[in-house]
Amino acid sequence: MNILAPIGRVFIGFLVATGRLVAFAAVSVSHCLRPPIYGRSIGRQMIQIGYFSLPVVGLTAIFTGMVLALQSYTGFARLNAESAIATVVVLTMTRELGPVLAGLMVAGRVGAAIAAEIGTMRVTEQIDALSTLSTDPYKYLIVPRLIAGVTTLPLLVLVADVIGVFGGYVVSVHSLDFNAANYLKLTWQFLEPLDVITGLVKAAVFGFLVTLMGCYHGFHSRGGAQGVGAAATNAVVSASVLILAANYMITTAFFGA
Amino acid sequence: MNAPNDETGTGPKIELRGLKKSFGAKTVLDGIDLTVGTGESVVVIGGSGTGKSVMLKCILGLLWPDAGSIRIDGADVTALTGRARQAHTEKIGMLFQSGALFDSLKVWENVAFALRSRSAMPKQQARDVALAKLAQVGLAADVAELSPSELSGGMQKRVALARAVATDPEIVFFDEPTAGLDPILGDIINRLIVDCVRHLGASAVSITHDMASARRIADRIAMLHDGRIVWEGPAGEIDSSGNAFVDQFIHGRAEGPIGMAVRR
Repeated sequence: MNILAPIGRVFIGFLVATGRLVAFAAVSVSHCLRPPIYGRSIGRQMIQIGYFSLPVVGLTAIFTGMVLALQSYTGFARLNAESAIATVVVLTMTRELGPVLAGLMVAGRVGAAIAAEIGTMRVTEQIDALSTLSTDPYKYLIVPRLIAGVTTLPLLVLVADVIGVFGGYVVSVHSLDFNAANYLKLTWQFLEPLDVITGLVKAAVFGFLVTLMGCYHGFHSRGGAQGVGAAATNAVVSASVLILAANYMITTAFFGA
Repeated sequence: MNAPNDETGTGPKIELRGLKKSFGAKTVLDGIDLTVGTGESVVVIGGSGTGKSVMLKCILGLLWPDAGSIRIDGADVTALTGRARQAHTEKIGMLFQSGALFDSLKVWENVAFALRSRSAMPKQQARDVALAKLAQVGLAADVAELSPSELSGGMQKRVALARAVATDPEIVFFDEPTAGLDPILGDIINRLIVDCVRHLGASAVSITHDMASARRIADRIAMLHDGRIVWEGPAGEIDSSGNAFVDQFIHGRAEGPIGMAVRR
């Protein structure tokens, strides 16, 4: 009997945490739909979350595109199917690696920053102070970040797609002796709008998850510096896991049998 | 500040009746009864962890009490939600223990925050009000453009005080106003509190365990222990209260009824 008790406790704890998170998400989203909306805060967050993530996402994308071209070449050369490389690179980037890698990089960069900032505001009573100054903390702190995450991540992924394809192009043309015009033609040949669109849908969902987890863990942090550190860690870990899980579910929804 | 409680037919500003709050199995407030008159300054003293902050947060609407009533100007705010509740809590200015200044904003933007969020006051006008409030707490205009993190602890406290009174609130709460300050700076803050409150004609509730501060700013003192008010009386009678809890607390003795309660 005593063996079952801890299992049950963990399970109940998990359900409680899930319920709290869903309730938090519902309240946050409902605030996104009701005025007042702080336009300037949204703009500032879009720059923080989107624009400042460009370098790290761009670097990730270009190396990924280059590796994709090299790896698929060594594999496909055995089957005399080198012409498929351009298609493999563009489909992998737009459908999977663009959104997932951008999402993970932003989770590390932005999720931790959001959790640390909001967590510090919580433990130094700044969030209580906001309430006493007639400003809803959800509207002032969380809504701008959620909106910025959902809108800028697709833009980031679009840029990552282009840079990733460019990385594959550079490797193919300069190291693998592909004809440049032919490579570009092959890139476009089998690419469909849905491939890009699913990637952008994923990006929007990942942007929501990253900012939501940052806000949630920051908002509920307790106990000084240690609590804020734990919040930042939890935000990154939970956002990363949720991104990978959501990626599977969205892929199933679009391309599943 | 010995302005007597004016009892010209108006009821009390704040009235707590049977206020209870527990966190899990831990009872923090166990039936608080407290009345604050208009223009009166009440100081609540008590050891650390006796629920002083929880009491203020219940009145501010940051925590929901489990039972009891909180009346502000006669209206029970525990029965109100949303806008109606906010209309009452907007009468309250709060000085947080740590200052709780927004470090992403400049000093003047901190002071002017409620002016901008409540009434959408034009930027320039809000800035002028903020500068006037900063001058009131003895800070020059050049401080206004700094970030709070560039200020010393005492200056941060002053800015926080200016922010708490920026909207000319009818009620001001002070959470450990002198905590972490040296005695001289503490006295300066106490004097500013007395001046600000008298200037506004506001009711004030302060919580502290600093007796020098309590004597300086209180019209009336209430002692909180084990979630209840164990003594309440005019500030002048604190030394002759005849209450064992109060005597132990104001003399800072390790032995006495409070120590017994801790050990049990």
